Amino acid sequence: MSPQIEVQLIAVVVAVAAALPGTFLVLRRLALVSDAISHAILPGIVVAFFLVESLSSPVLLIAAAMTGLLTVVLIELLGQTRLLKEDASIALVFPALFSVGVLLISRYAGGVHLDVDAVLLGELAFAPFDRLVVAGHDLGAKALWSMTAILLLNVVLISVLYKELKLATLDREQAAVLGFAPATVHYLLMGCVSITAVGAFQAVGSILVVALMIAPPAAAYLLSDRLSVVLILGGVLGAASGVGGYWLARGIDGSIAGSMAVVAGLVFLGALLFAPQRGLAAQLHRRARQRWSFAERMLLVHLLHHERTPSAAEETAGHTVHRHLRWSERFTAEVIRRAEAGELLRREAGLLQLTERGRQIAQRALLELDERDGLGELGGRDRRRRAGRTIPGGAVEE
Amino acid sequence: MTALFADHTLRVVALGAGLLGAVSGALGSFAMLRRQSLLGDAISHAALPGIAVAFMLTRSKAPVVLMLGAALAGWLATLAVMTIVTRSRIKYDGALGIVLSVFFGLGLVLLTLLQKRPDASQAGLDRYLFGQAAALLVDDVRAMAIIGAGALAVLAVLWKEFKLISVDADFGAAIGLPVRLLDTALTSLLVIAIVIGLQTVGVVLMSAMVVAPAAAARQWTNRLGPMVALAAGFGVVAGVGGAVLSSIVARLPTGPTIVLALSGLVLVSLLIAPARGLAWRALRRGQHRRTVEADAVLLDLYALALQHEEDLEHGHDEAVLRAMRGGQINVRRSLEKLAQAGLARRTGHGRWALSAAGRARALEQIDHAGEHA
Amino acid sequence: MSRGLGDRARSWAIEVEDLTVAYTDKPVLWDVDVSIPRGTRMAIVGPNGAGKSTLVKSILGLIRPVAGTVRILSRPLDEMIGQVAYVPQRSQIDWDFPTSVLDMVVTGTYRRVGWLRRPGAREKEQASDALEKVGIAALGRRPIGQLSGGQQQRMLLARALVQQADIYLLDEPLQGVDAPTEHALIGVLGMLRDEGKTVVVVHHDLQTVEEYFDRVLLLNVRNIADGPVREVFHDENLRRTYGGRVGLVSRPQRRGSPGIDAVKG
Ligand SMILES: Nc1ncnc2c1ncn2[C@@H]1O[C@H](COP(=O)(O)OP(=O)(O)OP(=O)(O)O)[C@@H](O)[C@H]1O
Ligand SMILES: [Mg+2]
Repeated sequence: MSPQIEVQLIAVVVAVAAALPGTFLVLRRLALVSDAISHAILPGIVVAFFLVESLSSPVLLIAAAMTGLLTVVLIELLGQTRLLKEDASIALVFPALFSVGVLLISRYAGGVHLDVDAVLLGELAFAPFDRLVVAGHDLGAKALWSMTAILLLNVVLISVLYKELKLATLDREQAAVLGFAPATVHYLLMGCVSITAVGAFQAVGSILVVALMIAPPAAAYLLSDRLSVVLILGGVLGAASGVGGYWLARGIDGSIAGSMAVVAGLVFLGALLFAPQRGLAAQLHRRARQRWSFAERMLLVHLLHHERTPSAAEETAGHTVHRHLRWSERFTAEVIRRAEAGELLRREAGLLQLTERGRQIAQRALLELDERDGLGELGGRDRRRRAGRTIPGGAVEE
Repeated sequence: MTALFADHTLRVVALGAGLLGAVSGALGSFAMLRRQSLLGDAISHAALPGIAVAFMLTRSKAPVVLMLGAALAGWLATLAVMTIVTRSRIKYDGALGIVLSVFFGLGLVLLTLLQKRPDASQAGLDRYLFGQAAALLVDDVRAMAIIGAGALAVLAVLWKEFKLISVDADFGAAIGLPVRLLDTALTSLLVIAIVIGLQTVGVVLMSAMVVAPAAAARQWTNRLGPMVALAAGFGVVAGVGGAVLSSIVARLPTGPTIVLALSGLVLVSLLIAPARGLAWRALRRGQHRRTVEADAVLLDLYALALQHEEDLEHGHDEAVLRAMRGGQINVRRSLEKLAQAGLARRTGHGRWALSAAGRARALEQIDHAGEHA
Repeated sequence: MSRGLGDRARSWAIEVEDLTVAYTDKPVLWDVDVSIPRGTRMAIVGPNGAGKSTLVKSILGLIRPVAGTVRILSRPLDEMIGQVAYVPQRSQIDWDFPTSVLDMVVTGTYRRVGWLRRPGAREKEQASDALEKVGIAALGRRPIGQLSGGQQQRMLLARALVQQADIYLLDEPLQGVDAPTEHALIGVLGMLRDEGKTVVVVHHDLQTVEEYFDRVLLLNVRNIADGPVREVFHDENLRRTYGGRVGLVSRPQRRGSPGIDAVKG
C-alpha cells in the first residue's frame, strides 16, 4: 500500500471512530467534555510514555483512558460541591491537567521523542513510517492497526449498548426508572471518548480530535432526526472530511490535521446553510413564503376578534386596519388583495368581512398553535417538555 | 530576592505576567459569572488564525498588530457561536466545540504555510501556541498595560450597568438599558482580556487565566466588588509567582506554572474559604449532627424521667440510653454536650439525669414538634 | 375589549391593541386587545405557556411584537420605557450572583441615577425603606443566594417599589410562597392601590382572584375575556381559557368556591 493511500485510510478510520461517540456527546450536550478529555489525557500519555518508552504501546491507551475518566470524575466532583458552575468546572480541570503534562514533558523528557507539539498537533504524514512488523512481515502502519481496533471497539460498544445509549440520551430520568444505569452507560461512553482521543492524538493531535468528534455529528444532526441515521451520516461526513482534508493539505502543502478540521468545519457550515429543512437557506425561504400566509392569517384572526364588537367599524375598515396592525399601507393592501382573491374575506360598505372559509381558517389558526413542530425521535424531548408545560394547575414546572 | 528582580528580563516578564493576571482576573470574573468560561476557551483557540492572518497581511510582529488580528478572530468566533446557537438546533456546547477546533485547525494550517515561506521569520508566532513569557519585551508589556488599563477603565465606568445585566438582564432592559449593546461590550472586554495574554501563556491555557482567579475569588466573598478585586489579586500573585519560579527552576515553562499556581489557589479556596469552603461545610454539618443527636438524647432522658415521675432526680444508666438509640448515635458525646450546656448532669458512675433547664428545654421541644404536626 | 378614545383615554394606564407576538414563526400571542384602567388591580390568568409572561414583557418593551401597539399612560411605549415597575418571574435571575439584597434593591434606582454615576446614600435609604415595607429590613446585607423563595419574592417587590412608578407589573409574585408572605405581598399591593397606582399581576391561583383583584384578564394566546372580576370571571370563560388547549384542569381545592371548580375541556 502506498503511504498516500495509507494516510487517507488512517484519516478515514480516525474520523469514523471519533464520530461515533461524538454523536452522543453532541446529543447529550457534552460536546466540550471531549475538548476537556483530549487535553487532559496529556499527563496520562506522558507518564505511560516514561514507563514503556514507546508511543504505540497499549499501555498508553489504558493510561490515557484512565486519565480521561479521571477528568470526567473531577469535573463532576467539582460540580457536586455546587461552589462552581459546570462550565467553570470544565474550564478549570483540563488546563490544570494539561499543564501537569507539559511540565512533566519539559522537566523530564529532554531529548526523548515526545514534545507537546506532537501531542497537541499530531502529524499524520509521519504515521505510515511507523510499521507494525511481526516475525519479519510488514503488516502495515501501526496507527492504522491501532485506530482500526479502536474503531471496532466503538462499533461493538455502541451496538451492544445502542438501546441504553439512546434512552439515556433522550431521557436520562426515564432510563433510570426503567432500570438502565445511566451512570454506567455514561462512564462507558466517556471511556470510549478517552480511548478514541488518545488513539487519534498521534494522527491528528488532541485539539483536532475535537473537530472530528463534534463537527461531523453536528452536521448530521442538522440533516436527520433519526439517531441511527445521525450516527451513520456522522461517520460518513467524518470520513469525507478526512479524505478532503488530506487532499486540501496536499494542495496547499499545509498541515493535514489542520486541513481535516477545516474541511470538517466547511462540511458543518454547508449543513448549517443548506440542510433541506433546518438550514439557514431553507429557513429564509420558508419565512419568505410564510410571510404572506402568516400576515393573511393575522388579518383574519384580527377580523374574527372584532366581528360584531362595538369597535368593529373602527377596527375592520379597509382603510384603517393597517394602523391597528401597525403595518404599512401598501403591505396591508396587498394582504387584503390576496385574502380577497382566496375568498377569505370581502368588503362590505368599506368594512372587511370574513367569509365562512376565512372564519374557519382563523379559528383553526388559533387552535392548531400547539400542534406543529412535529420532529422525529430526536425532537421528542423538546416536544414532551412543551406538552408538559401546558398542564395547568402548577403541577409541572420547568 | 532583590537581586532576582534586578535582572532586567525577569523584571519585564514578572511585570507582564502580573499585569496579565490582574486584567484577566478582573475581566474574567464577569465571564465566569455569566457562564462564559468555555467561551473564553473558544475565543483563545480561535485567536490563532487571527494572529497568523495579521502577520501574513502586515509582515509585522508588533504586538499591537497581532493582538488586533487575534481580537478580530476571537470576535468572529463569538459571532459564529451565537449564530449557530440561535439559528440551529446545535446547542451552546456543540457550537463552542466546533468553532474552537475548526478555528484552531485553520490557525494550524496557516502556521504551517508560514513556516514554508523563505522569509520564515515566523518563529515568533509559534510561541502563541504555548506562550513564551521569557520572550516578553518592554514593548509587549507596554502594549499589554495600555490595552489592559483601557479595558479596566471601561469596566469601572459601566460597572453598575454590567452588574445589572449580568444578574438580571430582563430587568435591565425593563428600566431602559441598552442590554444588547452592554452585552456586546462586556464580551468584547473578555476578548481583550484573552488577547493580551496569548503571548505569555498561549492559546491552549489562556482560558484558565480567565476562569481560575474568578473561581477562587468567588469562594471568599459574596459581593461583586471584593470578588473582582480579589480575582485581580490572585491573578497578580499567580502571574508574578509563576514567572519568578520558572526563572529560578530550570526547564519550568511559565504558562503551565502560572496555571498550576492558579489551580492551587482554586483548590485551597474551595476547601478553606470561610462560609463556602468544603472544610467549613463539613465542620458545620458535624456540629449540626451533634446538636440533633444531643436533642434526641435529651428527649430520651425526659421520657425515662417520666417513667419515674415520683423522682425526677433519678439517674438513668447510660447503657439504657444507648440501647434506646440502637447504637446509632454517640450517646456519651451527646450527654457531655448536654452537661456542658447545663441541661443534664451526672448523678453517679455512668448515670445521668436532666436538670431543671433540661426539662424545660425538652418540654419546649415537644411543644414545638406539636405545632408542626 | 373596550377601548377609550379621545378624552377618556386619559384614564387608561395601559392600552394593548391588536398585539401579536411570535418568538419563532409561531405566534404565542394572537391579536390581543386589552385596556387597563388607572388605579385598578388586575390579574392576568391563564395556563402555562399561555403567553402571560410574553404579554408582560411586551408591555415593558422587552419584546418587539410582530404587529400591534402598546400605549402607557396614553403615550407610545417607546417614550415610556423604564417608567413601569417590574417584578420578573423568579427563574430569570441568577441567584448565585455575588451581590447583597440591598444592592439588588438599589438596582431599581439605576434609571434615576443615570449613566456614569454611582447610587449614593439616598438610593440606599430608599432601598432600605422598601425592604422595610415588604418586611425583610433585617436581610439587607444577606447575599441573594441565601434567601428563601418567599424572601426572594419580597426582595423583587422591594426593587419594584424603589422604581417609584405609577404602574406595576408583577409576573407570578405569589408563586410558591407561604401564607404569611402572600399576606405581606398582598398588603403591599393594597397600599399601592391606595396610592392610586395601577397594579397588574400574573396570577396562578384561581381561588384568590376574586379576593385580591378588581379586574381580570383571561389569556390563552388570545384575550379570552377581560373586565371586572364579577362580570368575566366565571365558569364558561375559565373553560374557554383552560379547556381548549389541554384536556384537564385540576385546581387545588383550597377554599372550595363551587362555581369555578375543575373545568374539563
Ligand atoms: N425566548 C423564547 N423563545 C421561544 N419561545 C418562547 C420564548 N419564551 C417563551 N416562549 C414560548 O412562548 C409561549 C408563551 O410563553 P410565556 O412564558 O409567555 O408563557 P406563560 O403564560 O408566562 O407561562 P408560565 O405560566 O409557564 O409562566 C410558550 O409556548 C413558550 O414555550
Ligand atoms: Mg410566565
